[in-house]
Amino acid sequence: MIQYLLLLLPIISALIICLSSPRAAKWIAFIGSIATFIAAAIFAVQFPHWMTGGFWPDLRTAPILGQFGVDLQIGVDSVSLMLVLLTVFLTPLAIAGSFSAITTHMREYYAWFMILLASMLLAFMSRDMIFFYVGYEFTLIPMFFLISIWGGPMRGPAAIKFFIFTFLGSVFTLAAVIFVAVRHFDSVGTWTFAIADLVKFSSTQLSDKEQFWVFVGLMTGFAIKTPFFPTHAWLPLAHDQAPTGGSVILAGILLKLGTYGVFRFALPMAPMGAVECTTFFAILGIIAILYMSLVCWVQTDIKKLIAYSSVSHMGFVVLGLFALNPIGLQGAVMYMVNHGLSTGALFLCIGMIYERYHTKDMDQLGGLVSKMPVWSFFMIIFTLSSVGLPGLNGFVGEFLCLMGAFVAEHDQPAGYPGVLHPWYAVVAALGLILGAMYLLIMLGKIVWGTLREPHGDAHAEHATMELPTDLNFREIAVLAPIAVACLAIGLYPKPLLDAVEPCVKEVLVNYPAVIDAYNAKRGLVNPTAPVQKVEASQ
Amino acid sequence: MSSFIPMGPKVAVLLPEIIVFGGSVLVSIVGLNRSKTLRKSVPLLAVCTLLAALVAIALGYSNEAAEQAGVLMPHFNKIIKTIILVVGIGLVAISVGHIDRRMEDAVARGATTFDPMRVVRGEFYAFMLLSICGAMLIPGSPDLIWLFLALELTSLPTYIMVAMSRGTRRAQEAAVKYFFLGAMSTAVFLYGFALIYGSAGSLQLNTIQKVFSAQIESGGIDTLGMTGFILCILGFCYKLAAAPMHFYAPDVYEGASNPVTGFLSFIPKIAGFSALALLLTTVGWTGHSIISETGTVVSGLPAPILATLWMICALTMTLGNIGALLQKSVKRMLAYSSIAHSGYMVLAIIAGPGLGFEALLFYLISYGVTNLAIFGALSGLQKRGEDVERFEELSGIARRYPGLAAWLAIGSGSLMGMPPLLGFWAKLMLFMAGIQAGHTPLVIIAAINSAVSVWYYLRLIGVPSFSPPGTSSEGVIKGPSSWPRFAGAVAAVVVVLLPFFASRMLGNSLDFSPVRPASTVKPVNTTTEHVPTEKPTQAFDTALQRSPHVEQAQLALHCSPTRL
Repeated sequence: MIQYLLLLLPIISALIICLSSPRAAKWIAFIGSIATFIAAAIFAVQFPHWMTGGFWPDLRTAPILGQFGVDLQIGVDSVSLMLVLLTVFLTPLAIAGSFSAITTHMREYYAWFMILLASMLLAFMSRDMIFFYVGYEFTLIPMFFLISIWGGPMRGPAAIKFFIFTFLGSVFTLAAVIFVAVRHFDSVGTWTFAIADLVKFSSTQLSDKEQFWVFVGLMTGFAIKTPFFPTHAWLPLAHDQAPTGGSVILAGILLKLGTYGVFRFALPMAPMGAVECTTFFAILGIIAILYMSLVCWVQTDIKKLIAYSSVSHMGFVVLGLFALNPIGLQGAVMYMVNHGLSTGALFLCIGMIYERYHTKDMDQLGGLVSKMPVWSFFMIIFTLSSVGLPGLNGFVGEFLCLMGAFVAEHDQPAGYPGVLHPWYAVVAALGLILGAMYLLIMLGKIVWGTLREPHGDAHAEHATMELPTDLNFREIAVLAPIAVACLAIGLYPKPLLDAVEPCVKEVLVNYPAVIDAYNAKRGLVNPTAPVQKVEASQ
Repeated sequence: MSSFIPMGPKVAVLLPEIIVFGGSVLVSIVGLNRSKTLRKSVPLLAVCTLLAALVAIALGYSNEAAEQAGVLMPHFNKIIKTIILVVGIGLVAISVGHIDRRMEDAVARGATTFDPMRVVRGEFYAFMLLSICGAMLIPGSPDLIWLFLALELTSLPTYIMVAMSRGTRRAQEAAVKYFFLGAMSTAVFLYGFALIYGSAGSLQLNTIQKVFSAQIESGGIDTLGMTGFILCILGFCYKLAAAPMHFYAPDVYEGASNPVTGFLSFIPKIAGFSALALLLTTVGWTGHSIISETGTVVSGLPAPILATLWMICALTMTLGNIGALLQKSVKRMLAYSSIAHSGYMVLAIIAGPGLGFEALLFYLISYGVTNLAIFGALSGLQKRGEDVERFEELSGIARRYPGLAAWLAIGSGSLMGMPPLLGFWAKLMLFMAGIQAGHTPLVIIAAINSAVSVWYYLRLIGVPSFSPPGTSSEGVIKGPSSWPRFAGAVAAVVVVLLPFFASRMLGNSLDFSPVRPASTVKPVNTTTEHVPTEKPTQAFDTALQRSPHVEQAQLALHCSPTRL
């Protein structure tokens, strides 16, 4: 029953916040999110399939549209659980990071935050397509309010752009899901929206062409949410204008809903569609990595820089996903978690600077290490993690994604052929250099160098804000757990990789045969391909 | 007419309408009473009438009796009537206090003296009940004359309601416009009826169904009948506010006062849709492909009708949504949104029975309730005795009236199809029905349209909540009566909670059984001509087989040919 508690705790705390006084709101939200974290931790300890793959608990309950197979079915495998843990880990920190920044409409802010938490958890934990969609889509509403009420000066357009882009994409995702469900009904005779059933049906029973369109439909939504290269236009503005807590959740978790969707639905449901599009999406990923790095290079606004760097980093995830081999997919999952940690933390750091200086402009800031050593320490750690320094968490995912793409050739002896070429990885690896360049330049400008502070009496503002020059205890307590997590994952990622591996293989179960058949059609015969697999795919 | 219809079951079937009609007479009489208290009780009386009619349906309505009385789709009839009554109660509630507030405001400002005889005009509610009564008569019509009269009974009172709802010139203009265009549309579908009569030789829908089934078997409906059907569809488009007959909607909706606009965007629409469904049943909108004794496959809708509906659907959705994007007035925006939603519902009509049927009913429920939430909130506000209708006037009202802003937000969320609100499930059913019937392109057009619609629905969420209060929103205060706000609140709660009971609700609506002339045709599982890739027939049969509710209906459908 703990899985329902996990969903109910945020909702209950949101209701309590609505009834409480504005001053108490932040503490109730914090306690509520910590309670959710504890519940999730207990859930994770109980979870029996860490190393074996598979879903738990496998229950079917609460039919909403029973005749049509829409059931509220909650269950996680280790990938979902890792993202659930990331969510409940970041949310209390984002809430604690908002304590001093949010001074108006406090009840509404924290209530929306808890509702956001509930809908994210629903999306990650649902074993039913429709409820995944409900959670996925409903995240828009709290985020829309968070940006529109507590955002920066351009909050109105930012919120609307964010909402419309994402909604536009996800209606196509919904249409594709319904298409698969209807086809399932036509040939099997029962309605279901259970992910496992639909995935099994779609990957084996649908024709090439149908799978292609299902894949395109699903990817339209996920590509906008992630966001992939040409559909990223909503992201910089939304990240830039959102309040700190909103940015943390947006970059840390909501973007992962898109890649999670690709991992959980698009790839397993339509293998034949996926191999057709692999080259296209891999190239989009590489363009995102390189082009967005260049865009980052010329930013002067720190928050925008980090926002664009998210698109660039998501390019690595896309490349890893479309390597279509276990290494690449493991890398993509790791990158999802690590990007959540390091980018979330970077947004928190920037928020702390903004509260003190009321600027995010790199040209007005500089040499802060002499004034804020503790803050600088954390900023350096998270930037390096984002750059992908070995020993910190960012490196693990980045390296695996690139390696996955490198070995995704048609004649791989490892049993997982791909449709890419080592050149993809070589070109994408340039992104590492560019990434180091723009992030270290940012670091050089604001942390080192001569001390520059915005015009006006900064100290007077400190006094009114009741914030010390350097970080206070609360802020250190917010950043320290993330730093510890970054270091731990960076030094010893093996348990996570082991946990991901069976899930990844489950996703890829149809791929070797499909890829071999696809490559054979292109005239690239895999010498190591088992013969019966080729037959099975035909 | 030739067939003899026994009086007993007919009265039993019509009891709800009789109650509503009696209620409207009672209301207009009580509305003339000298005592103001009695006159003030008129809305309550109207609500009680509608409740009594609901009770009459719940207790006295049986599908067998309705079938005996010549009703073509007995269960459909029952559900439509129930929806009309339930939403009708809400529509009466949101119009309480509306007609008189201009007067009351003028008195309060000292602009005029108090005149007791001008306060609380009961006839408004009498017209409302008459229109509701007309809409209730439509799904049960046994013949074309009845259908025509019922459609007129639905429309005529609404012309008066538009005119008397506000004292402004624009309301008069809207009423005149509505009346003349309405008369024109009536002429169009009346001409269609005449042509259908000419082709079928009967006014009885049962007979028409038999004649056209025979015609379809022997190669298709003749030009005369087909022209009649196309004209009827176009005429009904006026009631639905669907393209190409949608042009009146923005002006009329804007001219009428808020509660009347709420009424106009629901009652004529449900009337039009039930008339459309009823008429299409006679030409194969049955969900089953039917095969004649000679072995000819008879598919669903004939191609010209399908093509017409297809274009109406695509055009209506697109024009409605694009139109709504450009509006500055909330009411014009809602008018265009109502046009767009008609387009979505036409998709359900095209999808046909089975899922399409359920999608249509579910969508009508969802649209009706959501509309109530929005118009309840809008009717609960006023500015100097006048309607609140521009976006600027709503800006920042969430600070003063958070409840009303919340109803508006919930309503627009549901209209745009935001999960987990009611509108999302309705749209889900609609898309399922559309894809299953093989109309994936239309579903994709609908999907794009619902994404476009987000833009203007967000304004209805955003302006009251985020915009700073400006000069135009200064004088906006609560309306004189708390009924509209209460109705809006109830509707908003229903929008949030009804999805959890949707399963049960749909379970009941699944077992409709269109009665058909079983002697000439029998249903088989065949792929239809118009949907080459999909097998809706088979799918629907399987759905029928799975549901315990429909075993009897299925028995009636499948076994009667052999028995006869």
